[in-house]
Amino acid sequence: MSPLWDWDYAWSILPDLLRALVVTIQITLLGSLVALVLGLVIAVLRRARIPVVDRVLWALVEFIRSTPLLVQVFFLFFVLPQFGIVLSAFVVGVIGLGVHYATYTSEVYRAGIDAVPRGQWEAATALSLSRSRTWTGVILPQAIPRVLPALGNYVISMFKEVPLLIGIGVVEVVNEAREIASETFRPVEPYTIAGLLFLLLSYPASMLVRRLERRRAAV
Amino acid sequence: MFDNLPRIVSVLLEGLPETVIATVGGIALTIALSFGGGLALLSGTRAVRLLARVYVEAFRGTSEVVQLFWIYFVLPVLIGFQLVPLWAGVLVLGLNHGAYGAEIVRGAVQSVPKAQYEGAIALSLSPAQRMRRVILPQAVVEMLPPFNNLFIQLLKSTAILSFITVPEVTRQGVQVLVPNFGSDIVLIFVVMLLIYLVLAVLITAVMRLLERLAATKVGRRPSSVARERVDDLGGVAAGGGGAS
Repeated sequence: MSPLWDWDYAWSILPDLLRALVVTIQITLLGSLVALVLGLVIAVLRRARIPVVDRVLWALVEFIRSTPLLVQVFFLFFVLPQFGIVLSAFVVGVIGLGVHYATYTSEVYRAGIDAVPRGQWEAATALSLSRSRTWTGVILPQAIPRVLPALGNYVISMFKEVPLLIGIGVVEVVNEAREIASETFRPVEPYTIAGLLFLLLSYPASMLVRRLERRRAAV
Repeated sequence: MFDNLPRIVSVLLEGLPETVIATVGGIALTIALSFGGGLALLSGTRAVRLLARVYVEAFRGTSEVVQLFWIYFVLPVLIGFQLVPLWAGVLVLGLNHGAYGAEIVRGAVQSVPKAQYEGAIALSLSPAQRMRRVILPQAVVEMLPPFNNLFIQLLKSTAILSFITVPEVTRQGVQVLVPNFGSDIVLIFVVMLLIYLVLAVLITAVMRLLERLAATKVGRRPSSVARERVDDLGGVAAGGGGAS
């Protein structure tokens, strides 16, 4: 019987796994971009309290938050082509992940916006700043730094959710590990290395966020 | 368009027992590991604290899908026998969410005012009595709202069990229905998503009830609105690296 852990084999599969890790990181970053921008748009829109729009947005956010990301990704993957929109699995993954997490980041932004004192709004009105100047010059510069740690945590969560995209055939780390394992019939090394790669990136990242959190709390 | 609706609903509902078993089993294991892990994180013994810390960071630091594949494909090589897919799934759901839950329990226990400890000591309660009769009943009130979020997260995670051939709702939809009812694809997904939505609403309803019960038990009135705000700022709501 071969040993449980074969170092030569582990080294030989590492380059392929690292290449797949790059895909995971790309999807994380692009998905985060979607989540951070769309979340902000939702939060600002909801703050405007436009009667019907507000209810619709609320229902949509709750619905997306309460149902599995995997099912939503499958939905995009199978349904969009029916309307003539054919996207690669990579792009579907970015959109799915981004929209799902936008519902979380929108709540984070909302909490941050609510935490800006009323007086700031009143002062902006008193200075007769336009609506857009009030948002970009007064409210958001105070609201966003406050919620950066929470947003950072969601980016880390997204990173760990990328392997869901196995379902639609995106070749990220875990999918690569699965392919290697099924070719060589040696599952121990590829899956263990895949897990360690996640730990290696997400643990320092969450340490960083925790430090940021503590610094914010100290101010 | 709705001709196939009864057929679609019945095929999806065939997966419901698996989804519910995975959710309920996962929640039970999560609760056990959360309290075990959370109290271990606060233990006076260094080795116990360290062990709990390793467990929490290992499971919060890696992807749930990796954990699932590791337990389903790697563990059998190490221990010599294959786990039933559904139970492998329950194990992963519990281990993963238990790690997040441990931080919730730790945080809630630490948030109980120090005077409560001192009062319990003054009444010469033993450490076990102190925890069980004074600290935990108050901590539980704080824990319930974040646990609600965690359990919904767990429900959503049950969909990944489709990767290891558990015939739950998602697998029924994607493997059985999509290839056979291609023209009703929107309908299939709407019904599928609604099933999850109903389950999530059920979890929230039960948790709200428990919140009220736990709050009245320690003579408090629940103020869940105020607490949800705090969650959002802390990022506890997601399965994220949040709950610290």
